[in-house]
Amino acid sequence: MIPGTFEYHKPSTLDEAVALLASLGDDAKVLSGGQSLIPMMKFRLAEPANLVDINGLEGLDYIREADGYLTIGALTREAELDRSDLIKSKYPIIHDTAHVIADPQVRNLATIGGNLAHGDPANDHPATMVALGAEVVVFGPNGSRTIGIDDFFLGPLATALKANEILTEIRIPVPPANSGGAYIKFERKVGDFAIAAVAATVTLDGSGKCVKAGIGLTNVGPTPVRAKAAEEALIGNPLTDDNIATAGRLASEASQPVGDQRGSEEYKRAVVEVLTKRALHKAKARAEGGK
Amino acid sequence: MGTQSISIKVNGVEQTGEVEPRLLLVHFIREDLGLTGTHIGCDTTHCGACTVILDGQAVKSCTVFTVQASGKEVLTIEGMTTNGELHPLQAGFMEEHGLQCGFCTPGMIMVSHALLQENSNPTEEEIRFGISGNLCRCTGYVNIVKAVQYAANKI
Ligand SMILES: Cc1cc2nc3c(=O)[nH]c(=O)nc-3n(C[C@H](O)[C@H](O)[C@H](O)COP(=O)(O)OP(=O)(O)OC[C@H]3O[C@@H](n4cnc5c(N)ncnc54)[C@H](O)[C@@H]3O)c2cc1C
Ligand code: FES
Ligand code: FES
Repeated sequence: MIPGTFEYHKPSTLDEAVALLASLGDDAKVLSGGQSLIPMMKFRLAEPANLVDINGLEGLDYIREADGYLTIGALTREAELDRSDLIKSKYPIIHDTAHVIADPQVRNLATIGGNLAHGDPANDHPATMVALGAEVVVFGPNGSRTIGIDDFFLGPLATALKANEILTEIRIPVPPANSGGAYIKFERKVGDFAIAAVAATVTLDGSGKCVKAGIGLTNVGPTPVRAKAAEEALIGNPLTDDNIATAGRLASEASQPVGDQRGSEEYKRAVVEVLTKRALHKAKARAEGGK
Repeated sequence: MGTQSISIKVNGVEQTGEVEPRLLLVHFIREDLGLTGTHIGCDTTHCGACTVILDGQAVKSCTVFTVQASGKEVLTIEGMTTNGELHPLQAGFMEEHGLQCGFCTPGMIMVSHALLQENSNPTEEEIRFGISGNLCRCTGYVNIVKAVQYAANKI
């Protein structure tokens, strides 16, 4: 399959990239890892007249902690997240997520920025970022602005990014002590998009009571779904089996799956319930110092 | 729409030319360079038959534009032999009967090459995870895993 024709632009600075996007208007698309965009162009589901390749931009490829945030540059590849010792040791939920995205070749190119900017509710990072309470930094003609993750995803393949903006960074508040998170994905075969997947984070106090919880659901709605009622049911309570089971039920009620080749609506709701419980148990074990 | 000049080192040889930006790397390799060892299977980023090594990393060349590879180095199956001698991975696929029709083989070898560069002594599970982006419709994978183990023991 051959994509439509386009002009290729490879700016070397962020300002140049944004100026290009501003002058080219709606006919331009950002090219990051290309692992979603190029398949769409081959199917002619996307036929941009211009591609602005951001792979030549310096300084958008990093994973570091500073000022109370874990910050990840938009051009960081899934393979780098998968390998990172900082991620493995302190943010295992992000390792869980990157590790199950697509396959080794796709992970070598696909970027975390592209995974969020694409706005596909089937993608795995969005739910994890919902559970972690992340923020997204975008750069446009008027400089940078920061968008909370709950305001970022607007619908299938639609985000708060404007056509002349580039997502540059993901910011995750460093979780307090006694926090843990986990991402559990159920897939038909390794590397496939999720039938459903659940990201869960919890923070415990000294007595084992849950003081903070985040639950995000993948591929069971037009955007990643925050299971708010389930989070609220946990906060202020110990993470007993019963309380976790209640959260599983509430998360299942919050999901909005549609039946497709990956399963019926009913089946997916059942999967969400089970995965929510598993993710919460794992998050709790990690908050208590386990793996 | 214009063309773009590119310069890509393929199997150690600098290749220059003018290409349309939409030219996929796999088409450049197969059609412009005549290196037909790199296969096109699914053409949808699933099967891995088109896998090549781009600056040390395995990628699916049906999902990379040629212009993106400009200034970089590409290794294809044709670049795996040295002085006519098979690479241990190639020998492994022969010795362990790692192929039947052979369509997936170049991609399997290239992705395994990247895997062994990163992890010279992978477990069976690591091999299976490492080749999880490559489909084989014939072998059932058992002998492919053995072929990679054969090479790991030789390297
Ligand atoms: C076979 C296969 C299996 C896959 N399986 C999974 C999976 O299981 N889970 C999963 O999460 N994903 C999966 N993916 C998707 C993959 O992770 C995507 O590549 C990723 O979602 C998009 O990242 P990218 O860097 O490739 O973006 P691109 O394809 O380059 O871009 C995607 C979109 O985002 C825009 N964009 C990209 N970066 C920016 C930026 N910095 N600023 C503004 N706009 C930007 C582009 O303009 C485009 O519209 C799979 C892909 C393939 C081919
Ligand atoms: S032809 Fe490229 S992945 Fe199948
Ligand atoms: S040997 Fe036939 S597809 Fe693998």
